[in-house]
Amino acid sequence: MQSPVAQRYGRPVSEPEPTEARRIATEARDRARFEDEALEFADQVYRVARRLVGSREEAEDLVQETYARAFRSWRSYTPGTNMRAWLLRILTNLNVDRGRRIQRSPQTQPLEETDYYLANKVASAAGEEVLDQDVVVERLSQDSVVSALSELPPQFRDVVVLVDIGDFTYADAAQILDIPMGTVMSRLHRGRRLLKQTLAEEAL
Amino acid sequence: MKLDPCDRCEELLQDFLDRTLTNAEWAEAESHLSGCEYCRRRYRFEEHLRRYVKLSAAERMPPGLMDKLQELRGLDATA
Repeated sequence: MQSPVAQRYGRPVSEPEPTEARRIATEARDRARFEDEALEFADQVYRVARRLVGSREEAEDLVQETYARAFRSWRSYTPGTNMRAWLLRILTNLNVDRGRRIQRSPQTQPLEETDYYLANKVASAAGEEVLDQDVVVERLSQDSVVSALSELPPQFRDVVVLVDIGDFTYADAAQILDIPMGTVMSRLHRGRRLLKQTLAEEAL
Repeated sequence: MKLDPCDRCEELLQDFLDRTLTNAEWAEAESHLSGCEYCRRRYRFEEHLRRYVKLSAAERMPPGLMDKLQELRGLDATA
């Protein structure tokens, strides 16, 4: 439901109608404020975008398209709500529009039964006591982590990237991706497991 | 059928780290972890791993992108 712009941007509707010039000035100010606020999130938006697509160039394009759309439709943002999530919702929709969904079905992938899988594998390769040191950094390269993330099927990658890299809550991720919260949780758990499985198979 | 305590603890791992366990489940995990070196190591491993994934995945915005975004300001809704 659309409420009148004047109402949402600070001026009570009961005030007398301002002059046209004043109205334009107020709108310009609100708009600039919106743009300032949106741009403050650029780095965080890029961080998520970069892990959702395959290359730096694609991520740059996606972020630019996102801001272009956000700036055009700034009136549909409700001040005081989560702007970072609002921007990411635009971004993930654009990413889907780009047709990246043509991928094998995730259901066909066999999955290890246990969340301890990677730790167990490290423990059997290097020794149980080794798990107490910072064995993660020693055994896994940053490149292998990035590559394992990029190999996740998109449905899982979206959720893992939003929650584990973008620090979004389950509820935010559900809103951004327009899926139920239970789906966020199940995809997150499965996605993390797939990630660990890839790491176990490719990095160790 | 009752689960092996370590299997049960493994089941609670993700939600424990996400802090989404109920109080009762939290207490259950804590009490098992306090006596089980095996699970404790795996919880710690997972915690390190999550931090490491986040660190590895973080890539800063390329120089110049911010300027391009600044240029988009004031885009017309009809454009």
